[in-house]
Amino acid sequence: MSTVKLTVNGKAVAVDVEDRTLLVHLLRDHLNLTGTHVGCDTSQCGACVVHMDGKAVKSCTMLAGQADGANVTTIEGIAKGDELHPMQAAFRDNHGLQCGYCTPGMIMSAIDIVHRYGGQLDETTVRQELEGNICRCTGYHNIVKAVLDAAGRMKVSQAAE
Amino acid sequence: MYQTTYHRASSVDEAASLFAKGSEAKFLAGGQTLLPVMKQRLASPSDVIDLGKIKELIGVEASGDMLTVKAATPHYDVATSEAAKKTIPALAYLASLIGDPAVRYRGTIGGSIANNDPAADYPAALLALGATVKTSKRSIAAEDFFQGLFTTALEDGEIITAVSFPVPAKAGYAKMRHPASRFALTAVFVAQTKSGEIRVAATGASQSGVMRIPAIEAALKANWSPSALDNVSIPASGLLADIHGTAEYRANLVKVMAQRAVTAAG
Repeated sequence: MSTVKLTVNGKAVAVDVEDRTLLVHLLRDHLNLTGTHVGCDTSQCGACVVHMDGKAVKSCTMLAGQADGANVTTIEGIAKGDELHPMQAAFRDNHGLQCGYCTPGMIMSAIDIVHRYGGQLDETTVRQELEGNICRCTGYHNIVKAVLDAAGRMKVSQAAE
Repeated sequence: MYQTTYHRASSVDEAASLFAKGSEAKFLAGGQTLLPVMKQRLASPSDVIDLGKIKELIGVEASGDMLTVKAATPHYDVATSEAAKKTIPALAYLASLIGDPAVRYRGTIGGSIANNDPAADYPAALLALGATVKTSKRSIAAEDFFQGLFTTALEDGEIITAVSFPVPAKAGYAKMRHPASRFALTAVFVAQTKSGEIRVAATGASQSGVMRIPAIEAALKANWSPSALDNVSIPASGLLADIHGTAEYRANLVKVMAQRAVTAAG
């Protein structure tokens, strides 16, 4: 057992876990943040993507101990109160989800993509960059539309800040 | 995953001494291979020694005719490194094709070459560019480092610290990506060194892991152009065959990927 100290969604936490615990299980089982999903559990599907120190990583392919001292953001941590993050709002407006299972990972990856590319995004780039996230409903068309829509909104909201 | 004990090393020396104390210890870099393997219970190290936060192991530096990538540098950092893009753009391009974006944030060059997966990308670049692997104990030429499937010259407890690439006159990389795993179904790295030597290496093709392709090197030495390879025939013997492609298919891919790599190199 080890105590892992990290910041999750802006809140400092210290969690006692077995050393073999994966970050996704620390989040889901110990902090009850069940928005982050386990899909394939083999690093392929991206349902478990969270941000660690600002980068989108697969939380099923990290030991909790590797996140010690890190700043982690999950799907629960991106809205401002009742106001959805622009990426969440764009997914809703564009019907960018069907069953919703892949959605948290899609949104966390998509925010990272917009951060890296800014306004320089096009459909091909979004499709390439989302290759680590699998939607088993195959609802990619509206997901891509939502990401492109959100890229515009995030630019506007950044400019306003 | 079986029980294990996690240690985070803050220096190479500390990592080596933690390794020596464990009964069946393993080094962990980005964990993008080791952790999935542990989750499948195909590996059960007593101790996992994390190298990922050792500052002296992270960074990309160009100096003179050498590009040095430190061992725990993630693929994303290599793909976006100004130094890499300026000196060996083919290497930055190669790094941008590994796995997916989330994997590239975590996976490292040292982890990739220590694992020596027969379909991994980096081994092809090391072999074609004539790179040198620096470890906690010595320097190893790429030729001597890769010793077959998942096998390297590394001794127990030896830690890769950096890879030094001589900057070539020209280099190119072309990869037929497996669409699900994103490993190379077959990929080829071609390089023309500053002294005029032609070196070509293929990954994903051979049953013995990364290999040089002398027939293609000779043809490109005579004429550096994709068409120089039109009549080259690569034997299928000793090549990998699986549900994704026969040995003959991969033999043809070696040639086609080499042609595309030459085009990319210019």
